[in-house]
Amino acid sequence: MARAITQQRKVINTAAAWAVGLLIFFPILWTILTSFKTEAQAIADPPIFLGFDWTLENYTAVLERSNYGRFLWNSIIIAGGSTFLGILIAVPAAWSMAFVPSKRTKDILLWMLSTKMLPAVGVLYPIYLICIQFGILDSKIALVFILMLINLPIIVWMLYTYFKEIPAEILEAARMDGASLKEEVLYVLTPMAIPGIASTILLNVILAWNEAFWTLNLTAAKAAPLTAFIASYSSPEGLFYAKLSAASTMAIAPILILGWFSQKQLVSGLTFGAVK
Amino acid sequence: MGQIKLSQVSKRFGEVEVIPPLDLTIEDGEFTVFVGPSGCGKSTLLRLIAGLEDITSGHIEIDGADTTYVPPAKRGLAMVFQSYALYPHMSVKKNIAFPMRMAKVPLEEQERRIAAAAEALNLTDYLDRRPGQLSGGQRQRVAIGRAIVREPQAFLFDEPLSNLDAALRVGMRMEISELHKKLKTTMVYVTHDQVEAMTMADRIVVLRAGFIEQVGSPLELYHKPCNEFVAGFIGSPKMNLIKGEEAAKHGVATIGIRPEHVDVSSTEGTWKATVGVAEHLGSDTFLHIHGVPGCDPMTVRVDGELPVKHGDEIFLTPQLDKLHKFDAQGLRVD
Repeated sequence: MARAITQQRKVINTAAAWAVGLLIFFPILWTILTSFKTEAQAIADPPIFLGFDWTLENYTAVLERSNYGRFLWNSIIIAGGSTFLGILIAVPAAWSMAFVPSKRTKDILLWMLSTKMLPAVGVLYPIYLICIQFGILDSKIALVFILMLINLPIIVWMLYTYFKEIPAEILEAARMDGASLKEEVLYVLTPMAIPGIASTILLNVILAWNEAFWTLNLTAAKAAPLTAFIASYSSPEGLFYAKLSAASTMAIAPILILGWFSQKQLVSGLTFGAVK
Repeated sequence: MGQIKLSQVSKRFGEVEVIPPLDLTIEDGEFTVFVGPSGCGKSTLLRLIAGLEDITSGHIEIDGADTTYVPPAKRGLAMVFQSYALYPHMSVKKNIAFPMRMAKVPLEEQERRIAAAAEALNLTDYLDRRPGQLSGGQRQRVAIGRAIVREPQAFLFDEPLSNLDAALRVGMRMEISELHKKLKTTMVYVTHDQVEAMTMADRIVVLRAGFIEQVGSPLELYHKPCNEFVAGFIGSPKMNLIKGEEAAKHGVATIGIRPEHVDVSSTEGTWKATVGVAEHLGSDTFLHIHGVPGCDPMTVRVDGELPVKHGDEIFLTPQLDKLHKFDAQGLRVD
């Protein structure tokens, strides 16, 4: 009897989960579908779900008009660069907070997170001026730094929580075994924290990839990433929904694929090497 | 070679003084056990020696050199942790090799020492496994192997057997003792288990609330405990402590008699009493006896063949030459 109820619950839960999942995924699905419609079908009322003439003309048009490769390259450099730099700074920072905490460690962590609550537009003007001053407006290096700083609190927080899971005795053992601080971090802490570091990297790449405020405001032609690529298909020429959708699909495709594959990697990574 | 000398060493955590200033010398090649109830500061003391905690005041000398401010890795000590603290991402072989890799020992020498340690610890077949694939006892052996290959001046053990089941614990106890006989290296061993302390130690340091209560060989502590605390802590089952009138007859505040030093008779004796619980272990029987004035229940160890059961009336006589006397402060009176 009890089993029957569980079975029923399971079905209901599964159905509910799928419903929520589809609801969340629907805008992306709609964008992808729209990208294969003609402009007329894209704005048809009532909307056409699947029964339209599938066409690739939007993609050809988008590729003809813009240099997708350059935008993609800029996105890769900005997301990858800011993540790499962030990890480089956050690993030692999270290490010290997790393993040699001071009385103020918790305060510092909260303070760091509080910077995320600051409206970005509040510092747009000073940062814009700084960029002009240093002659790095519309440069990838400026965005790498800015996005790194913006996401640093999240990287530190995530790594801090992962590092906290690692038993301090193992690090003490490394110290007794003659490992210097560098060797301890390099040979013991980092390999044990790889699943955590990997998911932090993934999340951060996604955040940096999707970041629109700074990338749109601080770039023009040279350093513009895929967010600017999408934006260039919105209003100025009227609303070309199908082309906008094609551009959006092309912009999110790389990160969607990356997420899809690394997700599987992460799941297997998280079950790794627990002692005791 | 591996003498460890603590002079006026103390440790505070904020306002709490965990270790009041203490002096202790651990001789080269000696197997010293720190024993005491939980929270007595024994692990902290070990970690001070290891250098994993900074001392608040005082000096630590290892092999004649002042190591008070020397980092753990440079003290020439190896430590075995309660949780084994193996590196889960490395194979057994790499775990054992790790300290040598850090010390940049030539590869051939590493191989030689790993082979020797694996041979001695029965780990040869497991060298390619990860710690997660080993049993508790095997993990503990890997931890010991990792300590041995460093060829340290002294080994530090922090309750290494408390995660093992009872049978395995007895076996590993022997193995560690054997290892000490073979290597003749200084070993400092922390435990809360007085049986481990008695069976393994050359010298026992009994700690309570950071204070050293007594230092001596297992038999010294057994025969001449310096106070009531040590008397009650060392020996299993515990010594019977009798207060009041019975003690006053001997002119002191408390008398102590070990369970094995009480004679039992069915006809005559000093105290007439009733058997409560009789624990039959086969070789011995422990009787928990009610009715002895100033000590309830009293534990008595008798021959396993003695036919006694719950409710029997018996007579008890303490062996007077084995009686311990303590004054009102709990200190030994001779």
